[in-house]
This record gives sequence, structure tokens and C-alpha cells, in this order.
Amino acid sequence: MSVRTLPLLFLNLGGEMLYILDQRLRAQNIPGDKARKDEWTEVDRKRVLNDIISTMFNRKFMEELFKPQELYSKKALRTVYNRLAHASIMRLNQASMDKLYDLMTMAFKYQVLLCPRPKDVLLVTFNHLDAIKGFIQDSPTILNQVDETFRQLTDAYGSLSAGEFQLIRQTLLIFFQDLHIRVSIFLKDRVQNSNGRFVLPVSGPVPWGTEVPGLIRMFNNKGEEVKKTEFKHGGNYVSAPKEGSFELYGDRVLKLGTNMYSVNRTVETHMSAASKNLTSQTQENITPNPLAKEELNFLARLMGGMEIKKPSGPEPGFRLNLFTTDEEEEHAAQSRPEELTYDIINIQAIQDQQQKEELARIMGEFEIKEQPRQSSSKGDDLLAMMDEL
Amino acid sequence: MVAADSERPKDPAVRMFRRERSVPLRGSAAALCNNLSVLQLPARNLMHFAVVHGPSAQLLSAAPEGVPLAQRQLHAKEGAGVSPPLITQVHWCVLPFRVLLVLTSHRGIQMYESDGSIMVYWHALDSGDTSSVFLFHTQYRLCLLEELLPVATSSVWEGQEVIQGVLVLAAGTWTGRVLVFDIPAKGPNIVLSEELAGHQTAVTDIATEPAQGQDSVADMVTADDSGLLCVWRSGSEFTLLTRIPGFGIPCPSVQLWQGIIAAGYGNGQIRLYEATTGTLHVQINAHARAICALDLAPEMGKLLSASEDTFVHIWKLRRSPESGYIEVEHCHGECVSDIQVCGARFCDPSGSSFAVTGYDLAEILRYSSV
Repeated sequence: MSVRTLPLLFLNLGGEMLYILDQRLRAQNIPGDKARKDEWTEVDRKRVLNDIISTMFNRKFMEELFKPQELYSKKALRTVYNRLAHASIMRLNQASMDKLYDLMTMAFKYQVLLCPRPKDVLLVTFNHLDAIKGFIQDSPTILNQVDETFRQLTDAYGSLSAGEFQLIRQTLLIFFQDLHIRVSIFLKDRVQNSNGRFVLPVSGPVPWGTEVPGLIRMFNNKGEEVKKTEFKHGGNYVSAPKEGSFELYGDRVLKLGTNMYSVNRTVETHMSAASKNLTSQTQENITPNPLAKEELNFLARLMGGMEIKKPSGPEPGFRLNLFTTDEEEEHAAQSRPEELTYDIINIQAIQDQQQKEELARIMGEFEIKEQPRQSSSKGDDLLAMMDEL
Repeated sequence: MVAADSERPKDPAVRMFRRERSVPLRGSAAALCNNLSVLQLPARNLMHFAVVHGPSAQLLSAAPEGVPLAQRQLHAKEGAGVSPPLITQVHWCVLPFRVLLVLTSHRGIQMYESDGSIMVYWHALDSGDTSSVFLFHTQYRLCLLEELLPVATSSVWEGQEVIQGVLVLAAGTWTGRVLVFDIPAKGPNIVLSEELAGHQTAVTDIATEPAQGQDSVADMVTADDSGLLCVWRSGSEFTLLTRIPGFGIPCPSVQLWQGIIAAGYGNGQIRLYEATTGTLHVQINAHARAICALDLAPEMGKLLSASEDTFVHIWKLRRSPESGYIEVEHCHGECVSDIQVCGARFCDPSGSSFAVTGYDLAEILRYSSV
């Protein structure tokens, strides 16, 4: 499989994560002057996004990411996003983090599946980057980081052949195999069926470089066309209007990878009934906790490159809920099907002492301390913490 | 407006094929090309199917009505690495005296007796010709294998004529090596006998046809990621007859029938070439996405094409009696709704039934003509 897949996987999943967090924070937004101390404001939202984006596009981190390597397990990748999501004052409970990861993965799976050409996954990535730049317009330093990543992408992928992109596509699809979580926004938009499968349309523009099906041309020995017939293909396709731009700025043409969430559309996921073909997934979850040595090294290197800004002073972390109420979040945590649980790495189970210490140091900063109180407002959390002092 | 497919008007209400009972799989099919192999055993009233799931491949046998009878899972040989190796292809190679099941992964080639019960041979792909770890991990995209009906070898041992099969496998390295193995009638004495050079990128598929006896008739076609096709003639060694250049699009699937090469490309096109000269004779805008599989029913010259656009099409190949030029006619199209097809095979030599696998789909879909 391709060893150039990880940057595309990471950046696109990261982009989806930012769309969802942005939507969720906006939904809970209160205008600054009217907000009580315990409510999310526009300033808070921008700060969270800035912190996450600057961590994501950190130069050292990107360097590690772009090294040719195999894709690591879902578990390892999930750990990286867990860390990333906590790069700021925001905190997520397990259930919300699970939901976030479900949404991210299903969204990118959908985008990969529907890419007209394998190379278009690069346009999807650029769509995500364009939107990310929109989130951080006021921060020139971070903008530079994102532009730098853009250049790295162009260097790494700009001259790859169609065959190599096909291999990357296959590698991504193998990573997403057997994931059929139903997402309400997809169900409503009819891009996903009720059985969790995505709708593959048989109409619309053909990929750039492909002809509309239907024509048969026959030639003689000299290469002259001697006969032309048509056949009924069965689809309803039209020519591609133009090719998307791979430049730093340009019309990507493709809509996949743009932000489909808006403030008014709450995003729910349904845990689909356990399907029979979960062999590969359950195997991964049943494997004993200690990750392969290589994976742990990867995590240590990757996350070592993440410079997490610690909240300064006595400021506590504020919890974001991806569900509508705390009760819903609690219920989701309890009713999550066994085979869809994302295991968090248990540091205690790691044999290698040095590795254990290293990872514990890196990961220790964002361990979520269980809050005894079940409220969703910032103020109550603050009070709870003060009670404990 | 769409012209009629053939001289006689076709009644659109008459469906030529109907869905039969599906065969359930233990694991879904992986998004690989040519991801279905079928072994027809009409004498035993059985059909064998093989599908790659990911780190495992599933073999199963079914009765003609699709009732599953037995199944087995095979894995690629383990080795160093982060995760278990992924299987890139599983395929039955039918030699007249023997059937071998071949399984390929990035680590190498594993050959089994036809029911997958005993491994008879293991060929490790070495990293000898690579200069960095990067290459070792990446482009051993080990693909395709095909069978060659026996070449009665003239290299005799102790005065006896030895009938051997020759099995040709493609190792998809950066150098696009094509490996040729000699297969004895029985036992594990399989020997790598030749390495053919002709491709610069990963080889994707091989097609073969029994030698017709004339000097200039092609026996084998190999295809690669750049769309290049190499046409070979067998003999005591393989010789390169001609090369058909690509146009920047991968050719994941190729078939050979009576001197006609049928090649399916990543832009949805099927092209038919005269094998001996490499001349392009037919170009079909067949699909709206990459073609993932082609199969041939040799008795009737039927060609099956399947694509990620969810369609499967059946074509009839023939030569014009007057000019001898290759002609093609569309017979049937089937839409497999919302399934990204990744494998398709005829289930009988006349092309009256076929089977289809799809990405994320945990069953084999079957169709037969009414």
C-alpha cells in the first residue's frame, strides 16, 4: 500500500474536526457583551480554533507527518486527534470525543469514495486548507504555517502519477473499510442510505479526463475511424466543465471537502446495528492493549512535535458537549456498541519503561479529570473546581 | 440520441439477466482491482470463489444455486512491520494437470493446492533492488497472476518429455519485473525460471492465451500503472513482440482472446488492440469511473467490464468476416446500486452468468441470464 497516505488522511480528518468544533462552538455562542462568565463567546471560539490550528500545522509536527510511512492503526490515529482536540482551553468527554471522531471519519470516507478521480483527493485537501485559512484570517503567523503546508503538499503530491494516486485511494479505502455509522446530516441530504452505505450517484459530470460513456469507435489498420456506434450506458452523465485548480489560490470546482455544517444543523450520529462484517474492526479492538513498538514510537515522535499551549494561570478547561444535553452525552457513553468502542491507550500496559515515561509525559497534560457535577455551563465547572481547592 | 445496439430492435422490457441468490462473505471485499477469482468445477457441480478482505482472503465453495458449502480464510505470511501484511490478490491458476491457488502480498508470493489447504511454495520478494526502506514498503504492490496452458518443454530430463506448466506472475516493483515460474505436475518443486523486463512501473495485470502454433501469435500481455502494455510470445523463453504505449492512465485489467487484447483503463475506457501488431482497433467510452475488472468468456468471445461507477457491462467481441478487423457490440449493462464494484467474473465459459464483488460489501452478487 502507499506510504504517502498519512498527510492526506491527517489533514482532511483534521479539517472535518475543525468544521464540527466550529459549528458546535457557534451553536453555543453568546454575544460577548451579553455573555455571562460561564458561556462560550466568539472570542473563546476563535481562540480554541487558533490554538488547535496552530498545533496542527506546527512545523516539526508536519515534518514527521510527511515522512514516508505506513498508515497506523485507527487507535493510534485517534489518540493524536484526542490530543489535538485538547490543544486549547476546550475539554471533551469521552462520549463527545467518540462522536466527533465518528463524524470526522465518516465525512472523509464519503469524500474519498465520491472523488471523481483519485487525484481529486488532493483538491479535497485543498478545500479543507482553504476553509482553515478562513478560520484564522486574523493570525498571519498561523496563516504562514498553513501556506507552508500547502507547499509541502504540492511538493509531495504534485508530480505523482495517476497510478500512485489510485494506490493512495485504495489505501485510504482499506483504512475506512466496514465503517457504516449513520450520520443524520448525511441521511437528511440523502447522501447516505439507512443501511449506512453511501449513495453513489450515476449522473452528473464525469471526472476530468474521462469521456461521457456511450460511444464506440472502430478503426482500420491505418488508424482511420471506420465506424462509430453508440450504446446505452444506463447513467446520466455530462462532460466535466473544467479542472479544479491545484494552485495556492484557485477555484477547486469540487465541492467535496468544503464545510457542510452550518449553525442550524445539529449533527447526530446513530450507532448502526452491529453488522456481521465487523471482523476486521473487532480484531483490532480485541488485540491486547500494548500497541506495536513502532506505533508507540510514531506517537511519541508525532506528539512530541506538538507544542501544546497550556492554559496560563488559574484558568480551567471548559467542556464542550457535542450532544444537546449532558444527559444525552451520558446516555451515548453508556449505550455505545461494544465493537465500536475506541480504546484509549492504557499507558500502564506499556512494557517499555522509557517509552512509558515519555508517552505519559506527553499525554499526561490532557487527562480528563472526571467532574463530579453534571452541568454543561462553564460557571458550574469553575465552581466545582474551586470547591475542590 | 442513442443508436440501437445491434441490427434487431431490442425490447427494453426484456431483462437479459436476473439477480440470483447472493453468497455471503465473512468479511467485506477490499477496494482492490480484480478482486474476485472464480474456479468453475462443473463436473462436481461446484463453484469456488476467492475474495481479498484485507489482511485475509476468503475462499468459499458454493452449489450452483449459491448455497455456501465450505469456507476457509488465508493470511499473508507475517513479518516485520507495523501491522499484518495486506493481501493484494488471490487467484486460481488452472493448468491442465493441476490447479494452484496463488496469494500475493507485499512480502511475497504464496502458492497453495487449489483448496487452500496446503502451502506448496513461498517466494519472498526481496528488497535487493531497492535502495531505501521507503521503496521496500511501498511499491511491492504484488499483483496479478495468470495461468498458461502447458508448454511442452523441449528441455528434457533423462530423455523423457516433461510436460510442465508455466506460471507467470508479476511482481509490481518500481522495475515492473515479471516473474516466470515452472510448475511441475505435482509437488512443491516450483522454480523461478525467468524474469522479464519490459515495464518501468508496477505491473497490474497479465493475460494469457494458449499458443496457436504460429510463430507470430502472441501468448501473453502484461499491463502496468502507466497504461503500457507489453505483448509477449512464449517459447523456451519469453520474447517481447511489441509494446503498446500508455497515455498516463493506469491499466488495471487486461484480457487476451484470439489475438485480440482488451484493456480497461483508469479513465473508464476499454481499448481493443490487435495483439501481433499493437494497432488500436476499437475504443469504447465504457464507464464513467476507473475500470476495476475485465473477464472473458472464451467460448462466445464475451467480455465483462466492471467499474467503480457501479456498472457492469457485457460486450461481444468478434472479427469482421470481410476485413478481419476487430468489432465489438454491447450486449448488456447492469447497475449495482451504490456499490463500488471491485471484482467481476463470468461463472461459465459461455458467459451466461457472472458474479460481482464490491468495496465494503460482505457478499458476492450473482447474475444469470434468463
